[in-house]
Amino acid sequence: MTVDTSASSSKTPLMLEARALTCMRGERQLFQDLNLTVSLGDCLHVRGENGVGKTSLLRLLTGLSKPDSGEVFWNGLSIAKESSDYHRGLLFLGHRDALKEDLTALENLQLYAALDDIPLPDDKALAALWRFGLRGREYLPVNCLSAGQKRRVLMSRMLTRQAKLWILDEPFNALDIHAVQALQGLITEHLEQGGLVVLTSHQEVSLPHVRVLNL
Amino acid sequence: MNALFAIIRRDLLLVMRRKSEVLTALFFFVVVTSLFPLGIGADAALLRKIAPGVLWVAALLSTLLGLHRMFAADYQDGSLEQLALSPQPMALLVAGKIIAHWIVCGLPLVLLAPIIGIQFDLDASSLYVLMGTLLLGTPVLSLLGSIGAALTLGVRGGSVLLSLLILPLYIPVLIFGAGAVYANNVGLDASGYFSMLGALLILALAFVPWVSSAAIKIAIE
Repeated sequence: MTVDTSASSSKTPLMLEARALTCMRGERQLFQDLNLTVSLGDCLHVRGENGVGKTSLLRLLTGLSKPDSGEVFWNGLSIAKESSDYHRGLLFLGHRDALKEDLTALENLQLYAALDDIPLPDDKALAALWRFGLRGREYLPVNCLSAGQKRRVLMSRMLTRQAKLWILDEPFNALDIHAVQALQGLITEHLEQGGLVVLTSHQEVSLPHVRVLNL
Repeated sequence: MNALFAIIRRDLLLVMRRKSEVLTALFFFVVVTSLFPLGIGADAALLRKIAPGVLWVAALLSTLLGLHRMFAADYQDGSLEQLALSPQPMALLVAGKIIAHWIVCGLPLVLLAPIIGIQFDLDASSLYVLMGTLLLGTPVLSLLGSIGAALTLGVRGGSVLLSLLILPLYIPVLIFGAGAVYANNVGLDASGYFSMLGALLILALAFVPWVSSAAIKIAIE
């Protein structure tokens, strides 16, 4: 059994693939017959005007919404069927920060780690927060943090989540120059370790192995 | 299983940081049930007769007050999406949220009921029966309510719609809960009512987490 799975995983290395995706919003067709593949160490930069369907595409890739036709595959398996396996390796950050305002930055990190089933000792969580300039703010409720600082808490979560595939919707929003550099460094690090990234951004991003998809 | 405890802990922690929202529902229960003895006067026989119905209706309404909060905050800040994307089964996380809701909104009613019951001149055995029915019945209220809370996510004026959707579903719990106390009051055997409440609880436990998580998935799509 074990031999079998390792053999099949060596045949199909970590890969996200979408085949013939079609997305409708009401009467309007956002895109049709969209095919894409993202493989090990690759970064896909989805670009396009406002309202062209970037967020919709990302939500289709996470499995949060279902495509009108077509399918998304992770390592050759349909994500609709193998969703818990897929979600174990997935980190999605959307427009909203998904942080609980009444809890501290540290508590937010720890609670997400518990829900994602990852062991996260205190010192590791603190080190992640410190790396992104939140030293001295670990024990403040998140509603005392600025928009940019909340994004930094999310960057700490990206660091501690140990996911293979990152799907990031506008990750560079609300960040200052230093934080943009820190985030680019974090994404580069992730790609070098064999991770996969799909992101949307209106800014030019300087990352290795970027492919651009214009919607 | 760790995830279940994590989500219960998270929701209880959030409630502890913002106590006022929960306390309003409890005060509502205490005030409404205290108004009846004040309004009706010292007619002990009448008070004993109306006590089961009044206490149970007040319990339904105060549960209803806190229901819309069950998923709404998580829906608005995007946490619900993150829960749906975690590797845990969604039904388990929803069950955790329902348990947390019951600990905050249901369990205090069970503990307060005997004190309130004294105002209605209920004797000791009736108070025990009242507590027993609430202990079995309030989890059913939280469970059924979660379906309504999930279905009305993102709907404008959702809390009124929620009451209209859910109150009819509460009728069986009300009938058997109040019926047990009334039966005990007049010297009849209440065990049949307890069996029905227990059956309702088991039935709700078996189906509701799946129904609510399906409704949530539709809401966040």
